Amino acid sequence: MKLPVIAVFAFGLSAGLAQAEPVRQGNLEIDAAWARASIGTSRPGAAYFTVRNFGDEGDRLIGLSSPVSTMTMLHETTLSEGISRMAHVEAAEIPASGELTLEPGGMHVMLMELATPLREGATFPLTLAFEAAGEVTVEVHVFGPGATGPAE
Amino acid sequence: MSLSRRLLLGAGAVTALGAGALGLGWWQVDGPGAAQPASPTRNLPRPLGEMDVTLTDHRGRRVTISDWVGRPSLVFFGFTWCPDVCPTTLSDISLWLEELGPDADRLNVALISVDPERDTPEVLADYLGYFDPRIVGVTGEPGEVARILGDFRAKAERIEDVKGDYTMNHTAGVFLFRADGSFGSIIDFHEDRRFAVPKIRRAMKKEQP
Repeated sequence: MKLPVIAVFAFGLSAGLAQAEPVRQGNLEIDAAWARASIGTSRPGAAYFTVRNFGDEGDRLIGLSSPVSTMTMLHETTLSEGISRMAHVEAAEIPASGELTLEPGGMHVMLMELATPLREGATFPLTLAFEAAGEVTVEVHVFGPGATGPAE
Repeated sequence: MSLSRRLLLGAGAVTALGAGALGLGWWQVDGPGAAQPASPTRNLPRPLGEMDVTLTDHRGRRVTISDWVGRPSLVFFGFTWCPDVCPTTLSDISLWLEELGPDADRLNVALISVDPERDTPEVLADYLGYFDPRIVGVTGEPGEVARILGDFRAKAERIEDVKGDYTMNHTAGVFLFRADGSFGSIIDFHEDRRFAVPKIRRAMKKEQP
């Protein structure tokens, strides 16, 4: 499988050094995992990433864990009548040949009860459990508290 | 529509209380989904000059909302324990202000906390230190915050979680007011910057005679 390696390399170059290389697990590729720096540990943090599915069958993100948080959950911000709400999401689909994007204002990882502050410039591990592809751990890059994404 | 349904609708929106029967009639005719509470755009905030609520800013100074009249204002509701929407809005606003350049110095830009229990002036100051310094944080007694929410026709609701912690559902858009304190428009959450910045400029234009 040479092609994906080249693709990964090319992506790594184009996105600059702050960008980690995507992590491959089975038919899935987890990319651009990032979080905002936390201010202390009392507030929940949020993390984001993209999962691409190169397979012919859909998969599901069914679990999340990280040593930085004792309660790591998938949440989704929804907006109705101008009011934003957050709801817990049990599992999220990654359709065949499709992707799942976690981004500000949409789906996100809630990192509750932080064990340690998320410091700008640091990374922390986040383990994702998929129904078909199994478990994979990625390194999440921490940007500033006002960051809008990993492409800055 | 039955009368009881009508009453239920009214009860669903705090804002309808002051509107009276006339307002309710207009609302039902005009509102698209009459079964849902009116959206903020259909239920306009009061002019800033009529908001005599006094709150405390993140520097510990007392602020009466009507004092913002004289400059165009950009006001939104949030809380610092909010992990997703509020930092996103604050980042968006910081980018808008950057794009406006020195013109942005003529604006009042304020975050009103919907979580005064945790957001003390000190906490707000700590948090806002990470965003554009022109953004002022405002908090106050829960009763004062409830009054200002009513004046804006905005909403906030405390949601308890299993562990005794809580989060807040709240109105997410950014309210724009002209220099004379009249309501201009709302920048919706996630509205494209291509639309947001011209909206701000439009609200600012009205200040010139």
